[in-house]
Amino acid sequence: MTPHQKVFAIIASIVLLLFILELVRKRKIKEEYSWFWLLIGSAIFILVIWYDLLLFITQLIGSETPMTTLFLFGFLFLLFVNIHYSVKISTFTEQIKRMVQKIGILSKEIEDFKNKEKRSNKK
Amino acid sequence: MNIKDTLLIIPAYNESKTIGNVIVKIKNQFPDLDILVIDDGSFDSTDMIVRKHGINIISLPFNMGYGVALQTGYQYANNKNYQYVLQMDADGQHEPECLNDLIMSIKNNKADIIIGSRFLSECNYGASWLRRLGMIIFSKITSLILKQKITDPTSGFQALNHKVLKFFTSEFYPSDYPDADVIILLHRIGFRIKEIPVIMYSALNKGKIHNGLKPLYYVFKMFLSIIMIFLREKPYFYRKGNKL
Repeated sequence: MTPHQKVFAIIASIVLLLFILELVRKRKIKEEYSWFWLLIGSAIFILVIWYDLLLFITQLIGSETPMTTLFLFGFLFLLFVNIHYSVKISTFTEQIKRMVQKIGILSKEIEDFKNKEKRSNKK
Repeated sequence: MNIKDTLLIIPAYNESKTIGNVIVKIKNQFPDLDILVIDDGSFDSTDMIVRKHGINIISLPFNMGYGVALQTGYQYANNKNYQYVLQMDADGQHEPECLNDLIMSIKNNKADIIIGSRFLSECNYGASWLRRLGMIIFSKITSLILKQKITDPTSGFQALNHKVLKFFTSEFYPSDYPDADVIILLHRIGFRIKEIPVIMYSALNKGKIHNGLKPLYYVFKMFLSIIMIFLREKPYFYRKGNKL
């Protein structure tokens, strides 16, 4: 890893961390959805600072260069995040379905009550 | 025959051209039958037409699909303690006369769910070759698994008793398009399934499903659903000796 790459990676990870923290502060991201972004930011930061660890992992998984290791983990992470979102979306779909059905049935019941009242008022 | 304990559910999405006719036909033949239309977020005058005929209607706030609309009807029927549910489409495909056979069969306790099959009767049902192929494949698969001849698993012309109704209000009911997978699931749980011949016409309003790339997705989804039925554990409240 050249010093250029190192400096860039450090800056990028710090910007990412600050950006996520800022979004959480502004309540644009809920805390529960922020943790894995903070995790990846910290992971990049630690790996760049603690270069021996990166070298060790590179050797362990048998990749060519430390940069490849970083990219590989970045890719795996994004994959994981997307799967996580698919699970969440499925949950939301089910919840929205239940809600729509309840709204439909309740509206009908309110309507029935109103009609009943009208009829009894006429009498 | 007393049909006060029976509810006819008609899911409708933009069916203003046909639904009036369908309702009039049913009313003429079964003046005592309770009817509930589920308006699945239509943007045409479907709900106005239904209300004009004095029919019960539940309007969903936006379009959620055939399965969700139907399930809303099941929930309503279950809340109101109906013992039997009939269902048919609003597009004029299903001949209301056949409702009588469906009611008789379900009330005689011949099965827990009665499916009206277009292929057991001689009718002029036209469909694209791709759709036909899909229907043949899945009816064969369904028949094989059930060890009972099922000719029309896609039919939405059905009658069910209270046990199946209760099950259909649960989360196990698929929300997109109930099909062969539901029949296989019902069989796996231990419900009795029976087909009777009904008259069906080609739909006047084309375009519900089975258009464009959808047949491919449908085939994929159906295979996945069927495999999943066998990988999952049986729905919990049925394991105790099939008692509800």
